[in-house]
Amino acid sequence: MMIARLLWTILIAPLMVTLVAVPAAAQGTVKIAYIDPLSGGAASAGILGQKHFNYFADKVNAAGGVNGQKLEIVAFDNKVSPEESLIILKKVIGDGIRYVAQGNGSLVAHALTDAVLKHNERNPGKEVLYLNYAAVDPALTNEKCNFWHFRFDADADMKMEALTNYIAQQKSIKRIYLINQDYSFGKAVAAAARTMLAKKRPDIEIVGDELHPLQKVTDFSPYVAKIKASSADAVITGNWSNDMLLLIKAGKDAGLKVDWYTYYAGALGAPTAIGKDGIGHVKQVTEWHKNALPEADPDQIAYEKRFTGKEDDFSYWRIKTMFEMLVMAMKNAKSNDPVKVARALEGLKYKTALGEVEMRADNHQLLQPLLISTMSDKAKYDVEHTGLGFVTNGKVDAKDTATLTTCKMERPK
Amino acid sequence: MLELIVFSLLNGMVYGLLLFMLSSGLTLIFSMMGVLNFAHASMFMLGAYFSYQIGKVIGFWPALVLAPLLVGLIGAAVERYGLRHVHRHGHVPELLFTFGLAFLIEEVVVMGWGRNPIENRVPSALDFPLFTLFATSYPAYKGFMMLVSVGMFVALYVALKRTRIGLIIQAALTHPQTVAMLGHNVPQVFMRVFAAGTALAALAGVIGGFALLTAPNMAAALGPIVFVVVVVGGLGSLPGALIASMAIGIIQTFAVALDVSTIDLLRHVGLRVASDSVFREAASIKIAQAAPMIPYLLLVLMLIFRPRGLMGTRET
Repeated sequence: MMIARLLWTILIAPLMVTLVAVPAAAQGTVKIAYIDPLSGGAASAGILGQKHFNYFADKVNAAGGVNGQKLEIVAFDNKVSPEESLIILKKVIGDGIRYVAQGNGSLVAHALTDAVLKHNERNPGKEVLYLNYAAVDPALTNEKCNFWHFRFDADADMKMEALTNYIAQQKSIKRIYLINQDYSFGKAVAAAARTMLAKKRPDIEIVGDELHPLQKVTDFSPYVAKIKASSADAVITGNWSNDMLLLIKAGKDAGLKVDWYTYYAGALGAPTAIGKDGIGHVKQVTEWHKNALPEADPDQIAYEKRFTGKEDDFSYWRIKTMFEMLVMAMKNAKSNDPVKVARALEGLKYKTALGEVEMRADNHQLLQPLLISTMSDKAKYDVEHTGLGFVTNGKVDAKDTATLTTCKMERPK
Repeated sequence: MLELIVFSLLNGMVYGLLLFMLSSGLTLIFSMMGVLNFAHASMFMLGAYFSYQIGKVIGFWPALVLAPLLVGLIGAAVERYGLRHVHRHGHVPELLFTFGLAFLIEEVVVMGWGRNPIENRVPSALDFPLFTLFATSYPAYKGFMMLVSVGMFVALYVALKRTRIGLIIQAALTHPQTVAMLGHNVPQVFMRVFAAGTALAALAGVIGGFALLTAPNMAAALGPIVFVVVVVGGLGSLPGALIASMAIGIIQTFAVALDVSTIDLLRHVGLRVASDSVFREAASIKIAQAAPMIPYLLLVLMLIFRPRGLMGTRET
C-alpha cells in the first residue's frame, strides 16, 4: 500500500507541476508548436531543427519580443508519422496555439496542410498558420497549396532547376546516371532531372534511371557496378541519410570516378560518413552553407557558441530567414494574429546577407538564392569537426529559381 | 557486360559471406535453445562499435580479437543472468526478452555514440585496391572479409564435427535431456554456445562496421535477413547456412543488375499488357526494384514447401 502510494506520488507529481506550469508561462507569449521527430531514426534532424528554433526565438525575445509579446517554442515529437502529427495538431489547436512549424517528411506536411486548411475553414477567428521549413514536395505549393501554408525551403523542382542549370554549363558531362529512392520524392527528382536536362542539354544521354528501395539497401556495390558499366560522367541523386552515405562509399570502393550531384550530401551526419572520398566530387544544392559568405554570419558564431557538439552545426539558414520574415510581417501587420500576419507575409520582400528573398504571393513559396557547392578540404569553415567543408561553385538568384505554379488558393474574406 | 557479371558475382559472394558470419552463430543458438534471438544483430552492431572504440586506442588488429571477446562475454552474461531465468516461462517470454534487449542495446549505442553514423574508416592496412579488373578496383578489405568468413566456416565445421566439445554440442542440439543424464552440464554448454555465437556476430560486426555503415540502425537493417538465412539453410546446419547466405547474396546482387520487368518478359513470349490495364503498374516493376524482396519470398516459399530448410534435420 505504501509503495503504491509512493509510486503514485512519483508518477503524478511531475504531471501536476507541468499542468500548473503551462498556463502560467502562456501569459503574453506567441506560441509556435514545433512538430517534428524528436525520437526514433529521424530524430537527429528534428532535434537539430529544434535547436535552431529555440536559438532564434530567444534572439527575438532578447530584443524585446514582437508587438509586446515574446515567442515561445513548444516542441512535439511526431516520430515522422502523419497520424501522430494530426493527433498533435488537435492538441495544439486545443491548447490555443496559433502557429505550427514542421519540416521533416513531405507525407507529414501533406497531412498537416490538409488538416490546417480544414480547421481554419470551420473555425473562423481561431485560424492556425503553418510554417514549413523543409518539406520539399512541389505539390505543397502547387495543386495542394492553401493560404495558410508558407514554405521557406526551395522545393524539389526548384533545386533541380539550379542543379541542371549548373550541369548545362559543364561541357565535359555527356552521360548522366539517375539513382533515387523508390517513393514519391525520389520519383519526382528523377522525373524533374529527365525533363529539365532534355530541355537544357539535349546532347546529354541519361544512361540509367534507377529507383532503389527506401532506406533498405545495406550495400550499394551492385548499383555502383551498374553505374560503372554505364560509363556515366555524373550521377544525380536525391538520396538522403544512409542511402546517400552508402552510395558514395560503395562508389569509392569500386574506384568509380564520377561527380555526384546531390540534394543532401551536406545534411547532418553525411559529411562525417562521406569523409575525404567526397573532396572535389560531391556537390550539393542548398540555400546556404557555412562558406556561403566570406565571413561567418554573427548568428552562426553565436549559435555555435551555445551549441558546441559535433552534431550541432549551424545548418538552417532558412530558419533564420523564416524568423526574421515572421517578425517583420508581425510588425508590418501591427498584430500577432495569424490571419493578419499571413496577409503581411504574402509577397513580403526581405534582404538577407545572401541577397533579396521574396515570399511569393501566388503560392506561398519563398524565393531565395540557391547555391551549388562542392566538398573541399580547403574550406574556411568546416562541418561536423571533420576538417571538410563546402565551397561555392555557382549561385542562382532568387528570382531565377521561380517555377510555374498551378496553385489556386482561396483567401479569407 | 562481362565486367558487370564478374563484379556482381564478387559483390554477391562478399555480401553472402558476411551474412554467413552473422547467421552461423544464430543458427546454433536457434536450434539449440529454440530461441529466435532478436538481439543477435545487435551483437553484430556492438562488435562494430567496440572495435571502432578499441581500434582508436590500440589499433585495428588487437581490436579484431578483443571486440568479439568482449561481446562474447556480454553474450555469456545475457544467457546466464537473463535468458536462463526467462527460459522457465517458455518461448514467448524468451522472444520478448531478446526483443526488448535489442531495443535496449540500440538505445545504449545511441547514448554512447550518438544517432548519426560514426566515422568508422577502413583500417589503413586494408585500404588499398586488391586488384583492378576492367578498370574497376576491388578493395582489399573485401578480400579480407572473404578470408575471415571462410576461415571461420572451416574452424567451426572442424570444431563441431571433429572434437569432443562439438560432439556434445551436436548431441545437446537434439537431445538435451539425454546429454544431461550422461553427466554433462547442459546449461553451461548452452551458455558457451550463446557466448561463441554472439562473439562470431561481433566478429562479423568488426568487419561489417567499416564495410557497411556503423550507425545505431545497422542492427535493424540486417536483423530480418539473418533469420531468412537460418530458416532457408536449415536449423543448426552450418553448411546449410553457408549455402543459403551465398545464394541470397548472389541472387540479390544479380537481381539488382537486371533491368527487366514482367512487361518485357511477356513481350518476349508475344503477350502485351494494355496501357490502361490495372496490372500495368505492377507489371512494370523491374526485377532490380524487387531485389530486396527476393530473400523474404524465398523464406515464405521455403516454409511452405520445405519447412526443415535446405540442410536441416528437423522442422522449424
